[in-house]
Amino acid sequence: MSKSKFKNPVVKWIDYRLPIFSFMDHELNHYPTPKNLNYFWNFGSLAGFALVTMIVSGIVLSMNYTAHVDYAFDSVERIMRDVNHGWLIRYIHMNGASFFFIVVYIHIFRGLYYGSYKAPRELLWILGVLILLLMMATAFMGYVLPWGQMSFWGATVITNLFSAIPFVGESIVTWLWGGFSVDNSTLNRFFSLHFVLPFVIVGVVILHLIALHRFGSNNPIGIDVRGTQDTVPFSPYYTIKDLFGLSVFLSFFAAAVFFFPNFMGHPDNYIEANPMVTPAHIVPEWYFLPFYAILRAIPDKLGGVLFMFGAIAVLFVLPWLDRSPVRSSQFRPIFKIFFWILFLDCILLGYLGAMPAEGIYVILSRIATAYYFFHFLILFPLLPYIEKTKPLPISISEPILGGGSTASAFAVREKK
Amino acid sequence: MSNKSKSKNKNEGKRDFLIVSTYAMAGIGAAAVAWPLIDQMNPAADTLALASTEVDISSLEEGQAITVTWRGKPVFVRHRTPEEIKLAKDVSLDDMRHPETDEERVPNEKFIVLVGVCTHLGCVPLGQKSGDVKGQYGGWFCPCHGSHYDHSGRIRKGPAPTNLEVPSYKFLSNNVIKIG
Amino acid sequence: MNRVSSCFFSRNILKLFFSLVIICSSNSSFAAGEKISYPQLNWSFAGILGTFDRTSQQRGLQVYKEVCSGCHGMRLLAYRNLKSIGYNDDEIKAFAAENTVNTINDDGEIVERPARPSDKFVSPYPNDKAARAANGGAYPPDLSLIVKARPDGANYLHALLTGYVEAPAEKNVPDGMYYNKYYSGNLIGMPQPLYDDGVEYADGTKATPYQMAKDVTAFLAWASEPEMEDRKRLGISVMLFLLLLTALSYFAMKQIWAPIKKQ
Repeated sequence: MSKSKFKNPVVKWIDYRLPIFSFMDHELNHYPTPKNLNYFWNFGSLAGFALVTMIVSGIVLSMNYTAHVDYAFDSVERIMRDVNHGWLIRYIHMNGASFFFIVVYIHIFRGLYYGSYKAPRELLWILGVLILLLMMATAFMGYVLPWGQMSFWGATVITNLFSAIPFVGESIVTWLWGGFSVDNSTLNRFFSLHFVLPFVIVGVVILHLIALHRFGSNNPIGIDVRGTQDTVPFSPYYTIKDLFGLSVFLSFFAAAVFFFPNFMGHPDNYIEANPMVTPAHIVPEWYFLPFYAILRAIPDKLGGVLFMFGAIAVLFVLPWLDRSPVRSSQFRPIFKIFFWILFLDCILLGYLGAMPAEGIYVILSRIATAYYFFHFLILFPLLPYIEKTKPLPISISEPILGGGSTASAFAVREKK
Repeated sequence: MSNKSKSKNKNEGKRDFLIVSTYAMAGIGAAAVAWPLIDQMNPAADTLALASTEVDISSLEEGQAITVTWRGKPVFVRHRTPEEIKLAKDVSLDDMRHPETDEERVPNEKFIVLVGVCTHLGCVPLGQKSGDVKGQYGGWFCPCHGSHYDHSGRIRKGPAPTNLEVPSYKFLSNNVIKIG
Repeated sequence: MNRVSSCFFSRNILKLFFSLVIICSSNSSFAAGEKISYPQLNWSFAGILGTFDRTSQQRGLQVYKEVCSGCHGMRLLAYRNLKSIGYNDDEIKAFAAENTVNTINDDGEIVERPARPSDKFVSPYPNDKAARAANGGAYPPDLSLIVKARPDGANYLHALLTGYVEAPAEKNVPDGMYYNKYYSGNLIGMPQPLYDDGVEYADGTKATPYQMAKDVTAFLAWASEPEMEDRKRLGISVMLFLLLLTALSYFAMKQIWAPIKKQ
């Protein structure tokens, strides 16, 4: 151990007493990271960036927003029209929510594809699912704040989900509303919770990172790091790669903010909330559509709610449902096929969530919902008994030595 | 490992330049984003648009004063008596902290218009109502920290650094003042 | 390894991206709901470089004032905002002063004063109930956000304004309702607002319903998104900056990773 790595005397003085610089140097600079990570590993840092963007733009918006049913809609329009750069900040926040979900969904599918939820990273995964749940709650309450028609009716429908709970459902809904319909009390508490929950998310993200840094990142091959030959220090290798990923992400994000700011929104939300008139087609924001489809696929009220929450609950126990010791789909030929089926199933559910709940759409929703649960509850536990996995390479370095592609690495390995 | 260090030396200058300029670009981008976040706290367009107000002074008798709101602040309008005008004019500027003649401050000598905010730390001075404490110089007196203003709103005694501010205003007619 | 991963990257990212685009577009096309399709006009403000046509907007303001404003308010728009469609301070002051707003005088009485540039557009009715009562129960919506608040707003609005045709024989049109081929359900509470020479344009443009609808839509599109021109202008600079940063960081990344890839 060297005495101190820092030359700057102030840094040295502080670090001796409060080792934050050593900590940062260790976790962000030297942190050994598998050298074979592909671009899908960018989405973790992108999600972190999106969270910070949402918090910063949100704090700034809250300085100009009025959480009162009589003023909320107009105060948002004042932000759009009169506040300096208000339109920019509001569109960043509004589209930022969608992009945050895009990034997080890709991050989750990456974890599914490469088995990142398996031992010893179960808690890392569970914390991630918890973040997803918190994000959903935050996004839902944030969507209520502009007090447009979709805000109001989204809030009404989603809070009514709780009325499905036997015996106490109605009381819970009244308690959530603070009245007998979604009204000023509801708006105020949603504003309060929408403001505070992101900081809870930050807390869980920190736990997520502590859990991550315990064993380090998983990697596309899914085998453990064997030594320093398998890793590179996080900086400069992954800082620059994350910066490149961020630039690409921001290019898409900026295109949406500046040129298609309302593409992912809904026109009805530019009509002020009217408790007397429900819009003809109420649709949740796109990131809730798959869950919304599951809700509507079940013909029973309580059943629909249970299945919808079950769709997330099942993710919590995923590490114990998948019994295969092999992490990466690259070595699981059958799992890989089903992964893509699951992916398409989720896309299909998303599509069905936007369609009217009638005719063929209901039947398809039921099939897609059935597949979703089949995939996790039946396929995951049983697949290891049927599937013959491909042989794993000895270490991360080996396939790289083998010459560029994993396929040829296998050829080399099999000759041995 | 050893053969790469050679090529590394050759390209080092170019490489450093590329990497440094990349991070510099990212830094510039981050700094540029800060501006909208700061500027949103400046007055918004609707706030700026409310920058003028009109005051009807037709019923303001000699020796009376009214306080009106302009940009969320009190503005004092006082119909001065001839004695007050005389006191305000016949005074040496030599001892003043912030020397200004009454003519500079009050274009229409009968009506004085002042922003009613003490230049010390922003309290509203007394002196608008007839029963108010008006300080040693008979104009206005700030009770927070004891600043004395004269009949022209000039600071004469106490901690305030400058005279009471004169807003920009004009007489639209004999009876209407437009402030702002 | 890199080739494999980046190939995997590009192929699947594209897949993901297109799936998302499909979801989103299906969402918004669903939002359009009814199977009615509107004629697609060539708007000056469409596209990423589009800007508003000032002369058309000014004519549109005239149409709004002379035709629409009898029933429809624009409460989110202030008279001062008209500066950005090319009016000067005096014109705006005069335009505002044609309307009156209520205020409380020094004696505590509610009195009327002429509207100022800082005031919001004065709505024709004091409240929603008065608006309904005056229009046979149908509420004339506020137009401040109308283009943003309807799917394919500009085309929809233009279609609606020019969509009054003779009702088919089998369609029963009740009293106080009108037949419009582009309105959902075809029965609308608003009578046909635009007729030939319904307004007289100062610039000599022939005031056909088509032209008036186009002008008023251009005006309303601006009212919905007054920031649009600034947004697009800033967007172009931001995109150029990001493209440069993306290119720089890509090559910097390749440089930094070169020794690792060579191993």
